[in-house]
Amino acid sequence: MKFPQTLSVRVARVEAVTPVIKRFTLVPAASEVLPGFSAGSHVLVHMPDGARTYRNAYSLLSAPGERGAYQIAVRRQERSRGGSVYMHERVSAGDVLQINPPANLFSLDRLAARHVLVAGGIGITPFMSYLKELAGQSVPYELHYAYRARTHAAFRDELAAQLGERLHEYDAAAGERLNPRALLAAQPLGTHVYVCGPESLIEAVADGARGLGWPESHVHYEQFAAPQPGRPFRVSCARSEREVEVSGEMSLLDALEAAGVEVPSMCRGGVCGQCETDLLEGEAERRDSYLPAALRSRKIMPCVSRANCERLVLDL
Amino acid sequence: MRPQLKPIETFRDDFTYANSPEAVARFPFPFPEDEYRYSVNIEMATPGAPGSVFEHWFDVDEHYLGEVEERRIVLEEDPGRCRVLPHMIAAEWDTLEMLMTHFAQDYPHLFALQRDGERWTWENKALGIRDTFTFGDASTLSYGPFEYITRQTQGDFNVLDQREGDLFMDGGMITCPADWSLSFDLGMSFKQWHGPVPMAHELGVFDRALKYLLNLQVDRPVRRLNWTITMHPRMDTSPETYHRWGADRTKLTEDNAGELVHLRVELQLLARLPRSHGMLFGIRTYLISLQDLTTNPAWARRLHGVLSTLPPPIVEYKGLSRTRGPILAWLEATGLTAAV
Repeated sequence: MKFPQTLSVRVARVEAVTPVIKRFTLVPAASEVLPGFSAGSHVLVHMPDGARTYRNAYSLLSAPGERGAYQIAVRRQERSRGGSVYMHERVSAGDVLQINPPANLFSLDRLAARHVLVAGGIGITPFMSYLKELAGQSVPYELHYAYRARTHAAFRDELAAQLGERLHEYDAAAGERLNPRALLAAQPLGTHVYVCGPESLIEAVADGARGLGWPESHVHYEQFAAPQPGRPFRVSCARSEREVEVSGEMSLLDALEAAGVEVPSMCRGGVCGQCETDLLEGEAERRDSYLPAALRSRKIMPCVSRANCERLVLDL
Repeated sequence: MRPQLKPIETFRDDFTYANSPEAVARFPFPFPEDEYRYSVNIEMATPGAPGSVFEHWFDVDEHYLGEVEERRIVLEEDPGRCRVLPHMIAAEWDTLEMLMTHFAQDYPHLFALQRDGERWTWENKALGIRDTFTFGDASTLSYGPFEYITRQTQGDFNVLDQREGDLFMDGGMITCPADWSLSFDLGMSFKQWHGPVPMAHELGVFDRALKYLLNLQVDRPVRRLNWTITMHPRMDTSPETYHRWGADRTKLTEDNAGELVHLRVELQLLARLPRSHGMLFGIRTYLISLQDLTTNPAWARRLHGVLSTLPPPIVEYKGLSRTRGPILAWLEATGLTAAV
């Protein structure tokens, strides 16, 4: 016997949070309650579209411990592979969706003497559950929220009411800029910093922390490398003897799944390690943040990585 | 299953512990083949056959009252057998919720839980306990939440913290360990506390196991069996009390092995703690005398096969150097041997 792979949820509500962000409230469709989850967790939402299925990871916004409903926020991506557009245009109240149970690759460190949260744009989402968890604890915390304009700052009013002086805002439209290095330099020893947002923000915080001598263990980031398009290539599956074409717009994992090749997966963002696959021939274009350097010539993470050549041979 | 609880049995001094034929029949015999083979043997903890030890996440059997009393005795003498580091408080509440919920759902004739918001009422009919408390407020319980619930539970428990891509043993209720000490291991990382295990580090077993466990999902627990040999049905074989049980091994002879020797099997369960993102590690210990084990000839033959093919480092690690010979001789005398 195996555990069921996915949970059925019904969309109870869809609300526009900003012009490009929608919030979805998901309630259990086949059970009384949903599995519990921890601050920083995400779920993978399955979006079947004809022969292919989009699978995107979204952070849970609700309070940890809340089992009656999950909430996620989806930003419509201009260069979307389809998932966020699907959520925006095709999902409405009453629909039933399949999701993977919550997983957490961005959890709070409970030994921290102080938590500093840094969000850029839609990167605010994992902190929505963090802030509900931190509100019940005695450890000091603060949120630094950078956005391009007030109208695009999801949950800004709610956060201002909840956090008061703990909220620090950086409105780019008003010329306000977050200086990560200065922010980190002012922190006492024992502080942990958590950052979620565009790659440039994550790098600025990570570099700033490194430059100031922060230990790696005190710097946390959620970097879902949403699979980026690339050049098309071909894959040979050595064990199942199948040939799969990967178009420029599709991820390798999506292409394998569409061809009926089963690969275990979880985060689909190059972080968790579940889809690690043996690379028998060819050179990978590595885009994950999981594989150690020593394994990069022999392994590939098909959720985000692609080929640097015409053809890869995988042990699948 | 509705286990019929036996009156309090002892796991020390006069050792009144004994398995009924039903308990023997459901004993989790750990060997899948006639030869010893190293394996991590982690599997999904999906519900097992009704009545089996795998039916529920947390097995309650006929020895419940005796094991709870044994835990009380150990803690009275050495309160340090239950220790939880302060940052694990969320994991403590997670553990309490998980155990109470599963007990009430799986054994409604023994346990009941009423939840009215954060106001909870817990009833343990077997122990005559009925307490109302506020979930999240430790001052409303007679012990910390982890100690409160594990005092009413068979088997040892650890709470593990997940951070820095590793697991840390940051708490536990360890009153029936197979020769290891919470005081020694508290705060250790996954590979540190597995340090003494022979052979497996070189095979990369702990790298793979850790990677797998770090991704453990809510409501998707995993389990494995572990085993050793213990003289007498003694639950508390801890380093702290070695002076009481270490010498038992010298009393073993070919003649008394049937009563003295017990196969000790741990049903280990690993479950994600939902809200803290920690992990609960349950170590549920089952003991069976060699004599009772032999009532199933297939088991006796297989035990003989496994013990005869154990690599020397494993013999040493499991503390069997002195006892393996007499056990094999006793099994050979019964004629129940493996064709290895």
